[in-house]
Amino acid sequence: MDWSTVLTNAATSLVGLQTIVYALAAVGLNLHFGYTGLLNFGQAAFAAVGAYGLAIVVASAGLPLPVGLAAGLAGSVVLSVLLGLPTLRLRADYLAIATIAAAEILRISARSSTLREFTGGASGINGFTEPFHDLNPLPPGTYGFGPWRYHERDLWVLLVGWTVLAVCCLVVWLLVRSPWGRVLRGIREDEDAARGLGKNVYAYKMQALAIGGVIGTLAGFVYALGQGSVQPDLYGTELTFFAYTVLLLGGVARVLGPVVGAAIFWVVLSLTDTVLRGAVDEGWLTFMSTTQVGQVRFMLVGLALMFLMIFRPQGIFGDPRQIALDAR
Amino acid sequence: MTHDRSPSTPADRPPGPETLRGGPGAAKPDPILVVDGLQRRFGGLVAVDVDHLEVQRGSITALIGPNGAGKTTLFNLLTGFDRADHGTWTFDGRPVHGVPAHRLVRSGMVRTFQLTKVLSRMTVLENMRLGAPEQRGEGLLRALVRPLWARQEAEITARAEALLTRFALGRMRDEYAGSLSGGQRKLLEMARALMTSPRMVMLDEPMAGVNPALTQTLLDHVRTLRDEGMTVLFVEHDMDMVRDISDWVVVMAQGRVIAEGPPAMVMSDPAVVDAYLGAHHDAPLTGSLQEDRP
Amino acid sequence: MRVCVRWGVCLLLATLGCLGGASGARAAPDAGELIRVRVSTATGDPVPGATVEVERDGTRIGTGTTRPDGSAELDVPSAGAYQVLLDVDTLPPASAGFRPRMNPIRTTVDEGNARTVAFRLEAGGAGPERSADEGGSTVRVAQLTLQGLRFGLLIALAAVGLSLVFGTTGLTNFAHGELVTFGALVAYYLSIPAAVSLLGVVSFTKPGLPLLVAAPVTLLLSCGFGWLNDAVLWSRLRRRGTGLVAMMIVSIGLAIFLRYTFLYFAGGETLSYPDYATQAGIGLGPVMMRPVDLVSMGLAVTVLVGGGLALIRTRLGTATRAVADNPALAAASGIDVDRVIRSVWTGAAGLAALSGILLGMGQGLNFQMGFQILLLVFAAVTLGGLGTAFGALVGSLVVGLFIELSTLVVPTELKNVGALAVLIVILLVRPQGVLGRAGRIG
Repeated sequence: MDWSTVLTNAATSLVGLQTIVYALAAVGLNLHFGYTGLLNFGQAAFAAVGAYGLAIVVASAGLPLPVGLAAGLAGSVVLSVLLGLPTLRLRADYLAIATIAAAEILRISARSSTLREFTGGASGINGFTEPFHDLNPLPPGTYGFGPWRYHERDLWVLLVGWTVLAVCCLVVWLLVRSPWGRVLRGIREDEDAARGLGKNVYAYKMQALAIGGVIGTLAGFVYALGQGSVQPDLYGTELTFFAYTVLLLGGVARVLGPVVGAAIFWVVLSLTDTVLRGAVDEGWLTFMSTTQVGQVRFMLVGLALMFLMIFRPQGIFGDPRQIALDAR
Repeated sequence: MTHDRSPSTPADRPPGPETLRGGPGAAKPDPILVVDGLQRRFGGLVAVDVDHLEVQRGSITALIGPNGAGKTTLFNLLTGFDRADHGTWTFDGRPVHGVPAHRLVRSGMVRTFQLTKVLSRMTVLENMRLGAPEQRGEGLLRALVRPLWARQEAEITARAEALLTRFALGRMRDEYAGSLSGGQRKLLEMARALMTSPRMVMLDEPMAGVNPALTQTLLDHVRTLRDEGMTVLFVEHDMDMVRDISDWVVVMAQGRVIAEGPPAMVMSDPAVVDAYLGAHHDAPLTGSLQEDRP
Repeated sequence: MRVCVRWGVCLLLATLGCLGGASGARAAPDAGELIRVRVSTATGDPVPGATVEVERDGTRIGTGTTRPDGSAELDVPSAGAYQVLLDVDTLPPASAGFRPRMNPIRTTVDEGNARTVAFRLEAGGAGPERSADEGGSTVRVAQLTLQGLRFGLLIALAAVGLSLVFGTTGLTNFAHGELVTFGALVAYYLSIPAAVSLLGVVSFTKPGLPLLVAAPVTLLLSCGFGWLNDAVLWSRLRRRGTGLVAMMIVSIGLAIFLRYTFLYFAGGETLSYPDYATQAGIGLGPVMMRPVDLVSMGLAVTVLVGGGLALIRTRLGTATRAVADNPALAAASGIDVDRVIRSVWTGAAGLAALSGILLGMGQGLNFQMGFQILLLVFAAVTLGGLGTAFGALVGSLVVGLFIELSTLVVPTELKNVGALAVLIVILLVRPQGVLGRAGRIG
């Protein structure tokens, strides 16, 4: 059991690509669910639109990076409208089912061989990240200290990712402490009351959906650029479910909740993974194989989600007073 | 039905029994709300079927009737929370049928709810601030730039605190609304409704679930609304309250208006008594009003 | 009651212990699709050494040669429609001159699944070489209708349970698919011979039970599992006053936990019951149906009719319908709502397990088979009316037919998209479904 590897893996997970991506997805969900009460279970679709939009435009059409980003963002807004127009009037659990169904439709279509020439089918698209890395100002080399050592390419991805995350958190913070954010919270508490005070509830929900969706799309960008490829199965309902776990872990309706939740989530998964793998290799756990270790991680995620909702729905940073008043 | 039309009375002297004849669909000298042919059915059940109804501006009008008479449905229809099958109505002379609820509020019509809808996980002060109309900071882009709305926010806060003090909720301003008692919630909901600067306030059973000690306070507040020039329409089962403060009473049964008029006249109308016969919800709280019963 | 709980838990732990012993090291999860081919004589003897090919749109994708047991496996790149061709020139001398009834055989592979195809050689030399293309579109429509009814009946078993759980408790149970998988997997482990170690203490090789025996045992265990679900988790959450949204998220967590537990024990490949690995289709007039499919349909119809009668005729059934319609009123009428809900969970789990077994018989089983049909079950339940059992049945049949018949216009790999789109439309236009009542919503 190599404890230094255990710690190194955990340390890199703390600030790694997965943390950034899931934090961004959860920041978007926080706006949807934490502040507005919208049970959007299609966040993976927003990420997919970003990733595929970027990949298709850059790889297949050969257009420059900014055009790809713009295409992804435009796709995100279109998805918000298409998704929101019909479903925002639905009750919470119906909205959840409708958004999952929509996300699955997108995933099945992206994976299909019918659309293979656009989406690359089940194997996806790659070869679109060079324009991004061309913008890297860092000279080639290894940077960092202690367990955090990166090549300039990886470091560039992380720097950009964390910057995007910080900007998103700032924007969300500004919005939620403004009157606009107050209307969202009013809608979350009681839609009819907000309507009865003259607020156009439907318009606000649509705005929240669109902005949270755009943030999810940014997550898709970061994921695609960091991985160097886009594959449909990475953007399935598991992404959304794990993003919800991250959100609930950090605490809903707290601006930095998703960031903390994502960091803890991936550190714990990394620790579990490395420790269990080491234990299996050392022969301490005879009944498990190394493949099964990966699966144990996700069993833990499922349990964590259950325990969070049952015993600590406010997460780590949530306000216990709010939970005492929560009828939901 | 005959009715006398008297010259318009001053706003602070609502038409008394000597100036207006009652009867369903009676015309009013200066109606703020006029309803025509309003119908709402649920499947085969007729919930509301009102031929004609007018509400006098600046008065306190009570809407009473046995359970299931359609009072809350009528409320919902008039305030945009439900869609009518047929009918038109005007508010302040402008047709408003089909207008969504939030736009009606901006036109000056606000309502409260039978089961209070305080926003539990927001503070009392935040509840109040939400009610203010035309907030610049509620626009998405402007919200990002605090200086654009900071001053208006301060004005709104001052107004809110004044109203809270008036309703004796001042010291609760930073408490979560969910921790308020039932009576305090009623007060909050009324205060919050006033933040919208309404011209007409529609109260859905304001006394429901309120302990008797608070009733008089609420009644005083309602009277003050009228004195300040607002029109009040309220649904109630508490006959004491109806008798106490209303200038005009409209009685509904099975979706139709069966009687209208000053309180004393309506209470002794045989049709009204028939509609209520057998219902026990109007038993007086104190039991000392036996002598008023017909 | 407590004794039952203890027995139930012991039984469940014992099962899990056995599963743990039986699983051993598993291959990496494999999301690939594949076609299993079996070539046999008219009497069922294997035909080795024959070459089989799989094509898509006229392009050859893979080939294989049958092993001594007459079987071969052909990997395919994704879900979709394929043609499997038996090269009759490669038949061994003993079978030369014999021909399969249909060659090539058209088949469709669903996402993450395996499909079996069987060539049964017939005596009499060249029979009329019938390609599956012949017979025209009416035959195809009839074939698809039959397949749609079959699929609809099988998901109806899961849908009825889900609908009744929603009706009686308000819970949108995202873990319902895992009940289906549970049934399929437990039946599998009961029906294969396996080395078993009870929690590492006692070791022996257990024989494989015939499915006819394994299935009822599985149903019992699954009913117990459903009972446990309510007893240990859901009833407690209801008593605490947990909100419906929170419970739904708990069910999502439970679903993730169960699914990966299944993956942990069963691995990622598609498995099939020993008796039902491959079966040749028999002709029913112009359409082909395998015996296993006919048996599944018949069994499903019987169980559904029986369940329907139970709902109408028995006291528990009437009480269930009352609680599903209006729990508060039912409680006020003296019905023991908790007991009804407990029995609904038990029955729903049993029905879901049967659905899993039948689906597994027809197209193999894997750790995410329940999850894959979950959205379709939601579509069926929503279409028919959340909370009504008969609505779930109607909705399932419609969804099944819709999915299969949509392949007339839409590529096979996209056939689920249609059902999902219908689900969204229903939620928008008439969320109470066909048989539900408008008042239930919102």
